[in-house]
Amino acid sequence: MTSKQSFASNFKLPTLTYRVWSVWRRDFDVFMKTFKVNFFPPLLEPIFYLVGLGFGLGIFVQNIEGYSYVKFIAPALVAISIMNSSFFECTYGSFVRMYYQKTFDAIIATPISIEEVIAGELLWGATRSLISSSIVLAVVAAFGLVSSPWFLLIPVIAFLGGLMFSSMAMCFTSLAPNIDFFNYPGFLFITPMFMLSGTFFPLSQFPPSMQVLAQVILPLTHTVILSRGLIFGNLGVSLLISLAWIAVVTPFFFVLSINRMKKKLIK
Amino acid sequence: MGRKGMASDIVIEARSLTKKYDDLLAVDNIDFQVHKGECVGFLGPNGAGKTTTIKMIDCVLPPTSGKLTVAGMDVSEKPREIKKMVGVEPQEDNLDPDFSVITNLVVYARYFDIPKKDAVKRAEELLKFSQLEEKRNVIISELSTGMKRRLILARALINEPQILLLDEPTTGLDPQLRHLIWDKIRSLKKQGVTIILTTHYMDEAAALCDRTLIMDNGKFIEQGIPSELVAKHVGEEVLEVDYDEQVMKMLQQKFPEARLEVLSDQIHVFTNQPHGVFRSFLDDFPTRGATVRNANLEDVFLKLTGRKLRE
Repeated sequence: MTSKQSFASNFKLPTLTYRVWSVWRRDFDVFMKTFKVNFFPPLLEPIFYLVGLGFGLGIFVQNIEGYSYVKFIAPALVAISIMNSSFFECTYGSFVRMYYQKTFDAIIATPISIEEVIAGELLWGATRSLISSSIVLAVVAAFGLVSSPWFLLIPVIAFLGGLMFSSMAMCFTSLAPNIDFFNYPGFLFITPMFMLSGTFFPLSQFPPSMQVLAQVILPLTHTVILSRGLIFGNLGVSLLISLAWIAVVTPFFFVLSINRMKKKLIK
Repeated sequence: MGRKGMASDIVIEARSLTKKYDDLLAVDNIDFQVHKGECVGFLGPNGAGKTTTIKMIDCVLPPTSGKLTVAGMDVSEKPREIKKMVGVEPQEDNLDPDFSVITNLVVYARYFDIPKKDAVKRAEELLKFSQLEEKRNVIISELSTGMKRRLILARALINEPQILLLDEPTTGLDPQLRHLIWDKIRSLKKQGVTIILTTHYMDEAAALCDRTLIMDNGKFIEQGIPSELVAKHVGEEVLEVDYDEQVMKMLQQKFPEARLEVLSDQIHVFTNQPHGVFRSFLDDFPTRGATVRNANLEDVFLKLTGRKLRE
């Protein structure tokens, strides 16, 4: 293969059938078996952040864009849970299933293809984002921090954003020689986004060039913009731009991750 | 046996089948046919290419070149259709540790689109077949190695396969379990299932296989019915005596056509002469530490693949 062909093969459209859902169902069944353990973190974590940062630290912080600090960070917590749950599901979770449990090997001995296995994992990652962020959203709502009925659209954003983060995570998984490798995307990708995507302070605090950079390269920025816009009911062009950003980037990484994983697993 | 069938009952056929990794030729231009209802054993040292061949038949690994058909379908064209009719018992344990015994079977059935009701029924039958009924709701990590092996075999049967690929089905099992698994394999064979199994155990191949293919360095170096292979390559009997230079000389004189092999402190004598020849030799010349035993497939295997360790 020439290098040009080899590059193009990373973006070959995978053939996917309904069988993707059998893979999704397997992960869902495991999740439901241990649902108590799975439901607690997204329930408790936002409470700690809201109390510690919002009500605690927030007393010393002036209003941001007209909102109290706790109100300002609440939508970001929803966005962060969209990022974290799918990202960790499709890095650590998928790696364990692939490498330690040999679950993928077992499944591809059936009529399901490797492409469908990976697609099922990605959709499951997106589903986890949907579940976790809905719990966080419920907590935020219970604290009275939701001010618009547009918040009802957040699960849709959670699934889309979750699919984006799953796909990016799976690209890292395709590169991972061992499970410790995930420390790198953890502290070089997830942590910076956690702090710098307009989550705990507005992007306007950055110099203009940094503001542009945050919007161009940090996916979480767009999830935060959408979450904040919908929870506050501030609809504007910026929401459409963020949605478009996700809609373009997601298929790119979705297809890339499937092809990379196929190359990793089928020699 | 096996080879008497006509072309129409060929279930698996490989022509110039080759699998190449970066710089390793794992399977080197092999040809073989497997007939309906036949049990064929792939024998070979580690790294001979047995598992790679099995994985190509199961459409999990694409061949580098050559042609491989299963039930008349090309593996690169109809993988789903082929996988639907094939059952695989892999070498390594890839049961789903997050599920119980019965759920492992039911979830696996779902991958084959088997409706839930049928899947549960089939799973219950298979638990009975593999004598795991009492472990029905036990989580995988609590099963012994033998139970896991049986469950993996049961799982391979969930889609009622016409072709069964067994990759070292009894490695690491105690004799009781090996015999239990052998019984299961025999009963499947009786039902007309076509079986390919790989094994390191020569007695296993001799006990189960209609035909064995001996593989080394990615090629078949010999094939045939186990008993005929033994007769052809190592004769009927083997004489083993303690090493001694005098004895060695005498043996060379007495059996000039025989193959003498010295292993640490023993001499092994292989001959094509008829049964009883060693017995009469020992009557005339009582020799220390001498035993006469029947030649077996292991002798053939070691003769053909050598004694060098493979890692």
